[in-house]
Amino acid sequence: MTKPFLLGAVAYDAKVVTIWDGFQRWFAQHDFAFDYMLYSNYEQQVEGHFSGHFHVAWNSPLAWLQAERIAARTGRTVKAIAMRDTDCDLTSVIVVRQDSPIQTIRDLRNKTVAVGASDSPQATLIPLLHLAEAGLDPEKDVNVHRFDLLVGKHGDHIGGERHAANALIDGRVDAACMIDGNHLLFAREGTLPANSTRILAQTAEYDHCNFTVLDIAPIEAVARFRELLLSMSYDDPSVRPLLNLEGLKQWRPGRTEKYALLARAIDRFHTIDAFVDKVSNACRYP
Amino acid sequence: MTASNAVELGRLGLDQGGYLLIKHALRTVPVGSAIQVSGESPELAIHLRSWCRTQGHRIDFLSQTSADHAPIAIIYRGSAETGRWVGAQSTGDASMPQQHAPANWGLAGRSATVEAGSPSFEFPLNTRTEVWAQEVARLYAQALAAQWNPLAAIPWDESFDLPDEIEDAVVQVMTYLIENETAALIIPARFAAQIHPHFREVMQLLAIQAADEARHIEVFTRRALLRRAKLGLSTAGGQASLKTLLDETDFTLSGMLLSVLGEGSFLSLLLFLHQYAPDPVTREIARMVSQDEARHVAFGVAHLTWHVNEQPSCLDRLAIAIERRHDMLANTAGLNEEVFDALILLAAGSLQPEALRAGWNKVQTLISDMDQGRIKRLRKIGFSDSKAQSLSALHTRNFM
Ligand SMILES: [Fe+2]
Ligand SMILES: [Fe+2]
Repeated sequence: MTKPFLLGAVAYDAKVVTIWDGFQRWFAQHDFAFDYMLYSNYEQQVEGHFSGHFHVAWNSPLAWLQAERIAARTGRTVKAIAMRDTDCDLTSVIVVRQDSPIQTIRDLRNKTVAVGASDSPQATLIPLLHLAEAGLDPEKDVNVHRFDLLVGKHGDHIGGERHAANALIDGRVDAACMIDGNHLLFAREGTLPANSTRILAQTAEYDHCNFTVLDIAPIEAVARFRELLLSMSYDDPSVRPLLNLEGLKQWRPGRTEKYALLARAIDRFHTIDAFVDKVSNACRYP
Repeated sequence: MTASNAVELGRLGLDQGGYLLIKHALRTVPVGSAIQVSGESPELAIHLRSWCRTQGHRIDFLSQTSADHAPIAIIYRGSAETGRWVGAQSTGDASMPQQHAPANWGLAGRSATVEAGSPSFEFPLNTRTEVWAQEVARLYAQALAAQWNPLAAIPWDESFDLPDEIEDAVVQVMTYLIENETAALIIPARFAAQIHPHFREVMQLLAIQAADEARHIEVFTRRALLRRAKLGLSTAGGQASLKTLLDETDFTLSGMLLSVLGEGSFLSLLLFLHQYAPDPVTREIARMVSQDEARHVAFGVAHLTWHVNEQPSCLDRLAIAIERRHDMLANTAGLNEEVFDALILLAAGSLQPEALRAGWNKVQTLISDMDQGRIKRLRKIGFSDSKAQSLSALHTRNFM
């Protein structure tokens, strides 16, 4: 038996098993030996990647930056080879109640702002950067209320954003941060009834997850894996349910320029410095 | 761009259903072609952007705010929606099921269009031959129309006075009936869950049959406890007989043993109780229950007639099943003495010798009526005269 091409993914939800089992079957039908291993959090996964436990990581944007920085410190190279169409050009929004006196970002001074998990790019880091760049220091000028659900999953779990939205409606907080699509989703669910809220601000664009490889990954297998991913068609009923579960219509080639916004956020908040130090040092002095 | 390619949302937001107008407009243009959207809802641009992203449509923004109804965005129709229905399957005709229902039609109603890639469901009873009956839709409609409320239908408060030993006999017969009805509930309920929903009328009929049996358990229990604090005796032989019914996993064979032979014999028993029970409550219960049982028997006969007609070799299997059950029960007591004696007492109405003789004769007539009924139904299904007689004779002495 040929050794399978190995993927690392984070189990942020039970459906992750269904998704990768399904892709494994689909790859097998296309004569590509594929297997996967699951981590409970992205930090373990990034460490595992640098320890050579698997060939490709399904990385959150924060995990991508962790990998990119550890690579830079240890003389390695990383590449983003593919991503979801639905992960391109995202924005986050800061939402207030419709009847709130808050009209501009500056009005949030000394107010309570609900965010998601501390490591969530969309619900915490990028919105807080938006506040900071508008002149409000999240540590001094506003009262940040964290809905710290499932730290280590980098905000993949929607729960934190939903709690923040609930807190906004209940009046426990003055503003809530979320990814743009969730504002519409929460309206549909009834969490944020239509006309009950107003979007105060929208951040600049950023990208979300990607498939990350390190320089030691087997070149041919990586190329075949990427080629198969990009060939998956929403018209194909054998793969469509998996694309639906994973929340995309089409895989796209990877790109990295739109992680700049998140990079700015973590530079400002030093979110991953200690982790990058720890893993880089361990890699250099094994 | 024509008028139909332009969507004016006015103040309607996407979070208030506005996306339906956009969806509708996109369906009027080919994949890759564009529509224009205008509107004044403050969140429109943000919502359009995330909605198009999840639906797989490309979007170009013209301006962030819409002045004088100028369009704010152009949306290019993506291929996801049309792609989704590639390879979809038709599940046949609404009025008549197909011969074979594939596992991936799943729970879809007959004549629905099923998306390719839908999950497979393991419904073991998935061919028309093994489940269908000509009469099934009509029998189901009849069953629905004939549902009755025990509270209103049975004269629970009517006064009557029975000697103790006659009341005991009634309670013993009820005790026996309750366990038979329990078997008669479990069996169709189990098969209802195994029938492919494509044959929905059969599934529905079995469900209502189970509900009928639930009601029967209810009324027999209530009659038994009308004058007594507890039920009578349950025998090993009686339960062994019922267990062979529960152990039969083949739908058609079960239909033969339970519905045609068992419930068929019960029909005679219920008519007997309706005629000879010593009190008005029991008589009325028997009458109401017998109406339900007549439908259960009718479906059993209709299904087996259908099956034998489609697959004549099925008759041999049916005969073997009857013989096998007889052999399995050969060493059990059959109908318990307590029930047999109770039936005589109940028909006699007293312990007077003349009354007992009359009661005895009535029970003999009952047993012969049951036999005649079974022979008649076996012949209807397709057995010869002599085969029907020999098979009827092999039926369990427990009646059910
Ligand atoms: Fe019954
Ligand atoms: Fe019945």
